[in-house]
Amino acid sequence: MEQLIDFLLFRDPNVRWVVLGVSMMCASSAIVGTFTFLRKRALIGDAISHAILPGICLAFLLTQQKASWILLIGAFISGWLGLQSIDTITRRTKLKADAALGIVLSTFYGFGIVLLTMIQNTGNAAQSGLDKFLFGKAAALVQEDVITFSVFSILLILIVGLFFSAFRMIIFDRDHAQTLGLPIRKLELLLSTLTVFAVAIGIQAVGVVLMAALLITPAAAARYWTHNLYLMLILATAFAVFSGILGTFVSYTFPHMPTGPWIVAVLSVVALLSIAFGRQKGVWMAMRLQRRNRTKMLLENILKCMYHLGEKQGDFNQVYSFKALQAHRFIEDQQLKKGVRMLVHKGWIESLKEGIRFKEEGLREGKRIVRIHRLWELYLTQHMNLPPDHVHEDAEAIEHIITPELERELERQLQHPTIDPHNSVIPR
Amino acid sequence: MDAFWIILTGCLVACSCGILGCFLLLRKMTMIGDAISHAVLPGIVLAYFATHTYASLPMLIGAALFGVLVTVFIETLHKSGKLQADAAIGISYTLMFAIGVILISVFAGQVDLDQDCVLYGEIIFIPFDTFSIGGWEIPRTVILLSGVCIGVVAFIWIGYKALLVTSFDPLLAQVLGISTAFWHYALMGAVSVTTVMSFEAVGAIIVVAFLVVPAATAYLLTNQLMTMLFFSVGLGCSASVLGYYFAAALDASIAGGMATCLGLQFVFVFVWVEIKKSRQKQEALSTVE
Repeated sequence: MEQLIDFLLFRDPNVRWVVLGVSMMCASSAIVGTFTFLRKRALIGDAISHAILPGICLAFLLTQQKASWILLIGAFISGWLGLQSIDTITRRTKLKADAALGIVLSTFYGFGIVLLTMIQNTGNAAQSGLDKFLFGKAAALVQEDVITFSVFSILLILIVGLFFSAFRMIIFDRDHAQTLGLPIRKLELLLSTLTVFAVAIGIQAVGVVLMAALLITPAAAARYWTHNLYLMLILATAFAVFSGILGTFVSYTFPHMPTGPWIVAVLSVVALLSIAFGRQKGVWMAMRLQRRNRTKMLLENILKCMYHLGEKQGDFNQVYSFKALQAHRFIEDQQLKKGVRMLVHKGWIESLKEGIRFKEEGLREGKRIVRIHRLWELYLTQHMNLPPDHVHEDAEAIEHIITPELERELERQLQHPTIDPHNSVIPR
Repeated sequence: MDAFWIILTGCLVACSCGILGCFLLLRKMTMIGDAISHAVLPGIVLAYFATHTYASLPMLIGAALFGVLVTVFIETLHKSGKLQADAAIGISYTLMFAIGVILISVFAGQVDLDQDCVLYGEIIFIPFDTFSIGGWEIPRTVILLSGVCIGVVAFIWIGYKALLVTSFDPLLAQVLGISTAFWHYALMGAVSVTTVMSFEAVGAIIVVAFLVVPAATAYLLTNQLMTMLFFSVGLGCSASVLGYYFAAALDASIAGGMATCLGLQFVFVFVWVEIKKSRQKQEALSTVE
């Protein structure tokens, strides 16, 4: 706990730089990642991040320096080469995109490992720490690195801001962008180049192997909370920065822990929670909606059934037993009991010893459902030219969905009819 | 002798991965293979921790289960969670891999397993851990990998028709009463077992090179599945031999060297196919003229 407070208050001056640096890296990857995610090219980031390894090693071999901007340039060049190789393979051969990704990812990485182990085996003292690129070691960042990365991150965010509306258009409406005469190929190249940039920066935080997560996971998590691109970018950035700082804290407190895996673990938990409970299309929300719809259908079916029985007798004030209801329309005992209990609670029907009876509200509601059902049947026969014996099933489903506005519109188009195709009266 | 065992280990990995890789490629499931190879890591670490050896069969099966688990997880995220497929793959395997690396750090000192092994295997140590059969000192890993290789060949032998039909024409498979789901998971299981067994030799990431690259190179050379399988195995084995001497010359990781050679093979074949294509085009043009 004390360590957490120390960490949060930046008592250790190094922590300040580390937190700033990690936040920058995570933010830039999350922003670019949102675009790649929406373009459904999420795994490109995975291939690029592996493809960057030989570039880092070569940059070190050629210059014998570990300054972050030199390595960053090397990383950028080999990442870009990897990207172009994927593009070439998919365009020129019969291999599919997934195979191209796999080829580039594994061979570039393998070559990077050759170079890395070669450097390590030469016993060059300056090389120590180069292998930190594999799993990330954000906690070891120093002021100089952070300044370099911040400059690049800010540059990247500025470029995204500048081309924001063009990017949005090529993601969501490519055809429209084409008709407007936007240089689509150039813009896509810019976006891919930015992705390479973001990966080259982000690798410092989480390492080569897990970099894909920093691009994909924040965007995927944000997608479950909003449909709005602005909000999605902000949320993705927030998730990434939060996970970045938390992961760095763990690695700061336990120095033998690598930073990358912890950032990814936190990020994945955020994503899984979003998928489960997200407001937009989260699993729990979808289930709740489904349950609510099912209950609504049950209640409406019971009311409709009571109305039909009343209509037959010409008296809506009768008492119906469960048996009589089930004889007209089969509803399982348990379901029926549950539905009746809810209707009584709503005050739409009353429950007597012998059975149930409409109250005013319930009768009105039952009448409404039957009216919609019959209007729809009539509409299908008149406007869709369907035979009368084909329309019932369809109306069974639609009667639960039609809104009052649609109902009025139906009545208007059918010129306020009184009789449905089966010669039943349309109640009003 | 050490060189022989190391190259033989490489060839055995190349055989099993090369064969399975062809089917992954044809089913457009290369990246799922990638995901599996990363996702078995927590299983392997737990197995090491529990048994302190690598070769216990029950734990091996446990680790392989993680591979199948991740495919189920990916499908759940995709179908129930309505997450787009590529993102589902990305999220699942990075999470599993992260957990694996964290576990290694937690058990550090208690387990003879380090991050380097994950990244590029420890093929160089394989000749030292031997097992004596009839007076012959054979490395334990070679015996295990031979078993896997025989298993994979047998699996393909038995399931060749079914895998062929389910890969190319799932509808026909349904008509013939061949279960697509069964063969899907059987293949995933085989990929998991193979990556778990290859882990010690080439690590969790370079194994992807053996799964994808020879199959893809072979695919550029032929349209026949049987020929493709043989090409794939041949390419993988020759890359193991070349890669060993390449790495030895540079004093670098042998597994990395093998992956690099696989990449070079692909580049050569790609260029060759391109040249052949442009020559054919020219010939066609000249006949027209």
